[in-house]
Amino acid sequence: MENYEIIDMLRARFGDELLAIDENSDLLTLTVSGNAIHDLIKYLKEEESLQFNFLTDLTGVHYPEQELALGVVYHMHNLRQNIRIRVKTFVSPDNPAVKTVTDLFSAANWMERETYDFYGILFEGHPNLKRILNVEYMDYFPMRKEYPLEDPTREDKDDRYFGR
Amino acid sequence: MTDISEDKKYTTLNLGPTHPATHGIFQNVLSMDGEKIIDAEQTIGYIHRAFEKIAERRPYYQITPLTDRLNYCSSPINNIGWHMTVEKLLGIKTTKRIDYMRIIIMELARITDHLICNSVTGVDSGALTGFIYVFQERERVYEIYEEICGARLTTNIGRIGGFERDFNPVAIKKLKEFLDRLPKVLKEFEKLLMRNRIFMDRTINVGGISAERAINYGFTGPNLRATGVDYDVRNMTPYSSYDDFDFIIPVGTNGDTYDRFCVRQEEVWQSLKLIRNALDNLPEGKYYVDAPEFYLPPKEEVYSKMEALIWHFKIVMGEIEVPVGEVYHSVEGGNGELGFYLVSDGGRTPFRLHFRRPCFVYYQAYPEMIRGGVLSDAILTMSSMNVIAGELDA
Repeated sequence: MENYEIIDMLRARFGDELLAIDENSDLLTLTVSGNAIHDLIKYLKEEESLQFNFLTDLTGVHYPEQELALGVVYHMHNLRQNIRIRVKTFVSPDNPAVKTVTDLFSAANWMERETYDFYGILFEGHPNLKRILNVEYMDYFPMRKEYPLEDPTREDKDDRYFGR
Repeated sequence: MTDISEDKKYTTLNLGPTHPATHGIFQNVLSMDGEKIIDAEQTIGYIHRAFEKIAERRPYYQITPLTDRLNYCSSPINNIGWHMTVEKLLGIKTTKRIDYMRIIIMELARITDHLICNSVTGVDSGALTGFIYVFQERERVYEIYEEICGARLTTNIGRIGGFERDFNPVAIKKLKEFLDRLPKVLKEFEKLLMRNRIFMDRTINVGGISAERAINYGFTGPNLRATGVDYDVRNMTPYSSYDDFDFIIPVGTNGDTYDRFCVRQEEVWQSLKLIRNALDNLPEGKYYVDAPEFYLPPKEEVYSKMEALIWHFKIVMGEIEVPVGEVYHSVEGGNGELGFYLVSDGGRTPFRLHFRRPCFVYYQAYPEMIRGGVLSDAILTMSSMNVIAGELDA
């Protein structure tokens, strides 16, 4: 199956909810609105001719300069025809809510917990959304860009030479 | 499954965080009815070291040592997987010699990984002897690593764009000796366990999972193949010239502990074949790519040539232009699809790096696999799933 076939099917079905399509990356990359993400994943998984039946990866990204700063990135795989696809959605840090996909993939359970743990993205309908790798009483989301790795108040070290 | 009536009381049993049979630090709080497991609640994260956060501050070449500490039973696969991810972002094409050298090392790592997992499954069922036999061979593999890169467990092997040095004659000699000796040891090991009545009784139909559930749970690697799905990254998305080689992908039928054991065992034989083929057909050529902006120049040139000195400085200080973009690259690790999702904004460090750790994904199926079984089977199931704490917690 070619990329354009997938795109045509998704365009016909989701129309304006499909915000961006990038074919120049290593994988076909789709950006969809937060409302449509669950339906799109479900469609990708269950539609007879698409069959992206394997959730390879689910993770978050934080782009602080964007208005919708928090991204959720899904990597899916059609094991029969060996096609991979990347789906992204962006939400605002004020209301970082995305519908869970645990009803479609059991694998998403811990992946979503991890994403919540590090980025604070709330997966609506998740059966057990609590921290997984960090301690439970942690009160911030450490992978967000506002938390630098080293103490920014240090004066004994010139940080310009050591990256962000 | 035991009937669950409302007034029934269950015993709570803590399996872990440090338990001699879990081979790593993870906790399972089990609800038990007598010796039957009713449910399990997992706690992980005891050795979480925030690699993804640390990686956001490190230049690309300094991230390799972090990958060592994911699945430390097969660090070279992680290292080389990371190098290939960066090469994919930079658009570097490696030569056949590099590819074949990488295959040799990655398959050695796969052998050690599988040997540890299978022999430890034996240990947990009460058979210590086989473990001693194959651990000797793991030691030999570490000696080969030592010749190639100087390190043993956390190898930091290779560089972005090839290797820091060629295989030396001692390494080749040790490799050949290893290839001659391992089949004998492996046969002996298989004789101890493969058709051993006690071992078979302990493992057949224990901790099984169906292919459908395994795919839904995101299983990869030997654990998925034991259920009968022939998914292997090496042949689905060939990398590092794996498509030049002819090898079999073994699959099981039940997805139980015994099938996982057999799949791993057969994969060791296939890896041996791959190494032999790669070594026999090792092409002539350079062991590094011609990409001075990413591959460190030889030390003597740094001291004598201006250009080499500049490149050296720029690489070490991370002042090299890196393209903006994002890539996902995956390799077949010791226990499944090890993926690297790398987002670059052109800076000296990754903007975002995510490790898709296979055992983090499949370990969540553990309660489902042990429910209704007995405790001693749960221990065996865990060891045969090959859950490595370093990879689980990243």
